Order: sequence, then C-alpha cells, then structure tokens
Amino acid sequence: MKDLTDRALDAATAAGARYADVRLERLERQVIVVKNGRSDGISEGEEVGFGVRVIADGAWGFAASSRVEPGEIDRVARLAVRVARASASTWRRPVDLGERITSIGAYATPVRQDPFAVSIDDKLAVLLAADAEMRSEPEIAVSEGSFECQRLHKILATTEGSWIHQTLVETGGGIEALAVDADDAQRRSFPNSFGRHHATAGYEHFLAMDLPGNGRRIAAQAAQLLTAKPCPTEVTTLVLDPSQIALQVHESCGHPIELDRVFGEEASYAGTSFLTLDKRGAFRYGSEHVTIVADATILGGMGTFGFDDEGVAAQRTTIVEHGLFRNYLSSRETAARLGEPSNGTMRADGWSRIPLVRMTNVNLEPGDVSFDDLIADTDRGIYAQTNKSWSIDDRRLNFQFGTEIGWEIRNGKLGGMLKNLTYTGSTPRFWGSCDAVCREWSMWGTPNCGKGQPSQTAHVGHGASAGRFREVQVGVAR
Amino acid sequence: MIDAEHFRRLAEPLLASPGADETEVVLIGTDSSLTRFANSAIHQNVVERNAEVRVRAVVGTRVGVATTNDLSERSLERVARRAIQSAYRQPDNPGFPGLPEPSFAAQVDGFRADTAECTPERRAEMVRVLCNLAREKTLMASGALTTESAVLGVANSRGVFAHQPTSRANILTVMMDDEGSGYAERSDRSIDAIDAEGAAREAIGNAERGRGAISLEPGNYPVVLGEYAVAELLTYLAYIGFGALAYQEGTSFLRGKLGTPIVDERISIWDDGRDERGLPTGFDFEGVPKQRVDLVVQGVAIGVVYDSATAARDGRASTGHALPAPNPSGPLPTHLQMGAGETPKAELGRDIQRGLWISRFHYVNVVKSESAVLTGLTRDGTFLIENGEIGRPVKNLRFTQAVLDAWVGLGALGSERALVESWGGAVLVPAMRLEAFSFTGVSET
Repeated sequence: MKDLTDRALDAATAAGARYADVRLERLERQVIVVKNGRSDGISEGEEVGFGVRVIADGAWGFAASSRVEPGEIDRVARLAVRVARASASTWRRPVDLGERITSIGAYATPVRQDPFAVSIDDKLAVLLAADAEMRSEPEIAVSEGSFECQRLHKILATTEGSWIHQTLVETGGGIEALAVDADDAQRRSFPNSFGRHHATAGYEHFLAMDLPGNGRRIAAQAAQLLTAKPCPTEVTTLVLDPSQIALQVHESCGHPIELDRVFGEEASYAGTSFLTLDKRGAFRYGSEHVTIVADATILGGMGTFGFDDEGVAAQRTTIVEHGLFRNYLSSRETAARLGEPSNGTMRADGWSRIPLVRMTNVNLEPGDVSFDDLIADTDRGIYAQTNKSWSIDDRRLNFQFGTEIGWEIRNGKLGGMLKNLTYTGSTPRFWGSCDAVCREWSMWGTPNCGKGQPSQTAHVGHGASAGRFREVQVGVAR
Repeated sequence: MIDAEHFRRLAEPLLASPGADETEVVLIGTDSSLTRFANSAIHQNVVERNAEVRVRAVVGTRVGVATTNDLSERSLERVARRAIQSAYRQPDNPGFPGLPEPSFAAQVDGFRADTAECTPERRAEMVRVLCNLAREKTLMASGALTTESAVLGVANSRGVFAHQPTSRANILTVMMDDEGSGYAERSDRSIDAIDAEGAAREAIGNAERGRGAISLEPGNYPVVLGEYAVAELLTYLAYIGFGALAYQEGTSFLRGKLGTPIVDERISIWDDGRDERGLPTGFDFEGVPKQRVDLVVQGVAIGVVYDSATAARDGRASTGHALPAPNPSGPLPTHLQMGAGETPKAELGRDIQRGLWISRFHYVNVVKSESAVLTGLTRDGTFLIENGEIGRPVKNLRFTQAVLDAWVGLGALGSERALVESWGGAVLVPAMRLEAFSFTGVSET
C-alpha cells in the first residue's frame, strides 16, 4: 500500500501542494434485520477508496475516488491541488497546522469474537428469538430487531512523515416493539432507540445485550404505554436514564465544544456555539456534580481509536470540571489558532470525506450515589428512559427532548407509567440544576451523528450515568 | 459517468449468475463537488467520484443484498455470490412479491452538462461574488455550493433495464453578524440557472432586517411561513406518514383518515418525480417508473406512495417510490409539491394584527408521528407582524405543533412557489399564512 500512498503524496507535491495527506480505506459491513418474525433482508457491503487532502497557495483542497489505481491516484492528487488553488481565490488567512505531526504506528480494536466470523445463522437465531418474545404480546403490531457490524481498514500517510494503519471494528444492534390500538401507537426499544447501541468491540457486545431476554419485557411496556397516563405539564424534578443522559451530553455539550463550530465553520448548517472563546476557564457550564471528559482511549467507545485522521494520537481531555468549562475538541488547524496542539478529534466519514472536528467519547463522569438511593431520595418527580425525539437550537442552548417512557416518582419510589414524555430547557441552566449523578456508569454508542456538508455521519460514544435535575419543564406536547 | 451500454455490460453477467431465481443490479454513480465557505472565505472544498453496484438475489422468497464500489470483474462476481449466499441463509419471507416486471418509463430530462462540467474555478468565482456582497454589508457569508452529476441504473432478470443521468446544482447561504442572520438557497438541474447573487441579496436582506431582535413570549400566534419553512414541515410529513409502510404499520398520521378531510380544502399535495420543474428522475431504485401520486386533494387525504413490497401487501401496483433494498423504512415521496394559492407572498401578512413572519425552521424533529406533532426552532429571519406590516425582528422561538391541525387553520397560500432541496430530491411549495401556530419556548439566539 505504501507505493500507492507515496504516489499520491508525490503527485500532490509535484502539483504544488506544500502539505498533503492521503487516506486509503476499505470498509466491510454487514446488516441483518428481522421484522415480524421474518428476515427483512441481509445486506453485506464492501467499499474502497482514497481521499487526498492538500494545502496549496495557503488553502485547502480535497479530492477522492473509489478507483484505487495509479492513474486515478495521479488525477485525484492533481485535482486536489487545483481545488485548493481555487479555494485560495477567497482565502485570506493561510492555513496553519501548527507543529509537525510525524506519527508512525498501528491500532486495532480489541475484539474477543470477530463479528464477521460468526455465522449469519447464529445472528438470525438471536434476532428471531428476540422477535418471538416480543410477538408474544398481543398488542404488538410490529416487532423489529437488527444486527450490524463493520470493519474499517484505513491507512493515513502525510508529507510530514506520518504513516498509520488502523483496523476499527464496530458491532451493534437492538430491538423495538410497536404496540398499536385504535387510538394510539407506542414504541419501546432496547437497549437504545433507533437501533443505535453500538461499540468498538466484537460479537461479544451483541450477545451481552441479551436481546431475547429483554424482548418480552419491552413489548409489555409498549402495550402498557397505550393506556398509560400522558406526561403532565409541570415544572418538576427529572431523573434521566443513562442512555438519555448520553444524548443530552451529545447535543448540549459534545457539539458546542467543537472548535471548528466555535470558529463559525458550521454556521450555515448546524449553526455555531454558545461556548465562545471568552468562556473557556471562566464559564459555569453546570453544577459541581458535572464533570465531562472527551476520551478517545477508553475501551469500547464508538469514538475510540489509536490516531485521528490527522495522525494525532488518541487523547483524554477534560471538558467540564466540576461544572467549570475547561476545553474544546480541536483539530490541528483550529488548535493552532489558539497556539495549542490538537487534542486529536479529526475524523472523516470514510474515504470520500474530509476530516472534521468530531466527538470522540464525550463522557459524563460517574457520581457516588446508587440509582436506587437516588430514587429513594426523590420525593416527587419523573424518571425518563430511552430517547424518542431531540431538537436543539443553532447555538446549542434551547433544547427539547422526548423519551419513550417515564414513571412517576412519589415518596422515593417509582410509580405510575407515563407516555409521551417531553422536557425542555436551556443548556447551562439545565446542567446547573443537576444535583446528583449516579455511580452506575455505562458506555453508549451513537452511530448517527450528523455534521458537515456534504453530510457526514460520525460514530461517537458517550459514557453516562443516570442523573437528577431540579425544576425542569416537562410535558411540552400533550 | 457510466453510460447505459457500460451499465449493461456490467449488469448482464450478474443477472445470469447461477443459483438465484431472480436477480437485480442497481448502479449508483456520482461525481460530486462542494465548495463550502464560512467567515466569507472558502474553508472546505471537495470533489468526489464514486460508483456503487448493489446486487439483490432472490431464492424463492428469500432475499440477499450485497454491495461494492470495486467494479472490477472479480469484485462483481464476488458480490453476486455473496448476495446469493445471503439469500440461501435466510428463512422464507412469504410476503416478498418478487422483483418488478418491466414497464415503460418515458425518458425524463434530468441532466444538464453545464452542471457536470462545472469547474472548481467557476464554483470559487460564484462564492467569491457572494462573499464580496456580504463584505459590502459588513456581514459574514457562509454556505455551500454543490454541483453533482449522477447516474442511476436498474436492471433485473425479469427484463427491467433503466438508466438515467441526472444533475443537481444548489447554493445555500447564511449571511450573519452578531445581531442578525438571513438564509437563502437556490436549486436547479443547471448551474447556469443558479442565481447566486439573488440568493445572496435575499439572505442579506433578512440579516439586515434581523438586527436588534426582541424577545417574544411563547404562545399561539398567527404566522406566515416562508417557502423554506413550509418545505421543512412537508418533508417531515413525508417521512412519517406519506409512505405506505407507515400507513400499514399504523404509525402514519393518515391512519384511518384516507378519504377524509385532514387540512384546509385549499391545500393539495402530490408527489411527481417526473415534473421537470423539480429535480426530475424517471424511475425508482427498483426500476419502476415514477407515478404522480395525489396525497391530499383539496384538503382530503387521498393516498400514500408504494414500493413493490408494500404495494403487494395492499394488492396494488408500485407507484415508483422504492428506496435501495433492503429497506425496512419503506417507500418515500421525494418530489413533493404543494399547490400554490392566489395571494402574493408579500401580502400574506396583511390580515395579521399581531403575528410572526418565519423564514426558516431549524432542527425539526418528530415528537409524535401518529398525530404529526413536530418540534423545532425558527432561524435566520423571524419577524413580528403588526397591523399587517412586517416589523421588528424577534429572537428565535421553539414550536411544538401538530402540523395538520395548523394546516386546518390555513389563512392563505402564496401564489408563487419555490424549489427547496430535501431528502433525496426537492419539494416545490408556496409560502402560507396560518391562523395559529404553537410556540412553546424562546431561544436566547
């Protein structure tokens, strides 16, 4: 492969690039969906391609192709330089990448059981067993389960001398049950909604979910939701389960700490950030119970890797420390604008995309109270579980979430079931109202984080515990 | 660009692969370029070439799909084998109706060479003009200019053979300073038809009018929704309710309502992939010709769109709205239109004593599919309407609204329509005035 990457770098340099990198990738993917007791399709895919990113005349250019052939490599490298020169016609500040990065290394996801080595029959058996459990509940109109795995081989080479080979393996899946009666339809999912409980891990991650063992329970909950009370409209104490906390962290912390967004580079699409540079080290993001880190080194997270797509080694960075905003996610270019080294978060959605500042594993650190004690310590409130809906404004302040299910908390005990649960708030006030974080902590994978134009989907992780928030507006839409 | 004869040469050996009762080959090829700008300068500029082949193999009623973008002979043989092996490993799926039979699909003119041939230098020049206009007004320009040529080919062992090149050019921009922002976009098959300067001036106008925004209390307000806002709502309705699968599974807001009025009688909605006023395409990912499908006629819910699987379930014919298989989400209308009204857009707010003019929504999401409740925020141009006149800018508001309920209270439809890009296509919609729209929160932006 080095002959191909050398060829790309040489062609780009010869065309006038002062910096170039090339990523050569091969992706294998398998998706199995079972629906209503039948296979709804098995898809196996493979994809190859390469992308050449250059700086010429002080500006960025990028070109990519699926044809990994010498002539095409030459064409694409020269085209990337031409594109950069076109960019330079409007560019006023030459790109500065800061200190040279000369990483040489390799990384492979630790995997106990290769998900591609397990037979499709075995995977179908798990999904069909879970499906049968869900369909034992008569109100279930649609039962669905999925398995998904992928293996990404990628090589990064740069004109600064970096050469990195990584093999990243992801496995995930889940089930959901839809109950329908004459007046309503209600869905329950496990372990997370939208089929998105993924990890950088092997088949062991899929088995550990025990989908068959949870099918009947979530189907029964979906059926019960049909006749459950709707979420009241009130200001109350809200306890969120870890999976919902994970999405809350994702939307209200993970995105606004992206330094490219802070610099306005996403302004036309998802927006900017309220966490402007003046707030670093001085802004109270949340209560003393809130500590958030970005950790690309932790095992199993969807944002776990050896090196980012600029060759910067994976790192752990404190973002919020006991409520105080400390740091951003950065790239070489954005960090250089602050006179700092990158903290290694540049990732691209495949060979055909440029790397962007992306969340790694942005984790809420665990607290010291057990979940049972937290509920016991809550006189009145609501416990909400499993995301159903999400929306947040273009600076990541005003948010509104919905969850699939909730329960009243009365006198320290979980009570009646609630449906159509929504809550809304503003980011710093919400995290400022957090008065407890549980010690039971788990990693959640989000394989559908959208950003950029053309659109990119990143796979990111969030470690989270259940947490309690005071004086939250719930029941926005009844 | 892979032409029809090249596609035929790729597909024919795959269609003859031994072991499958039926085989389908889909080619999706793209040459795509995007010049992205922020802070009034190009900061990302990318070009991509890709071509993917998808093979769907059918053994009895069992279906396997395999894909690759390595179009070498060896790779294509391997992908055909994998699709067949996947099919054999599955349990029977008695609901699978078989691959579609061939049917006549008239050619659609969806391709413009000027878009396919657009150079990086031309894209940069268009962006440079737009950024200069922003600087003249002390605004920051951000946005993206896309040019794309694509090819879709579908062939199956029952005789379907369809091949179509398409093109797409789009510019979108947000003009902003610390106090206000405005948005505009333009789409067409042809880059020559893209009025980047016009888009810039539209966005600049809203940004300048947006300075000094006031806060408004949440509540129900009469509103004028601009075309971008209407397009966003309609696109989400398509996603959650205008496809046959959502209707069959009971999650569509149309459940039990076909044949009954669901919105004001002046509202008609249809999907027409072949209409050349949009971004036309002649057939779907199963090679079935796209039909015009009336979804809402004079306020009455009439129908949903089908692919071959959902059509078979209802004993009907596919309407040509399949997505690439396997597709657990079902068919989707991607070329929606809403009929225009008779009121010039500028006059839509005339009858509003106190209400809001909304240019655009941001981060819309579904709260409850069955009742079409959506939430989201206003963005890039929200203004108070007082005594029929558009006045002071307003800070962004969050809405939570059952969309069909709001459309029952239609005040008027705009007489002009705008083409707005959406998932997999584009929608053609007018602006509209609504008697009430529910705002449930206030953003600090």
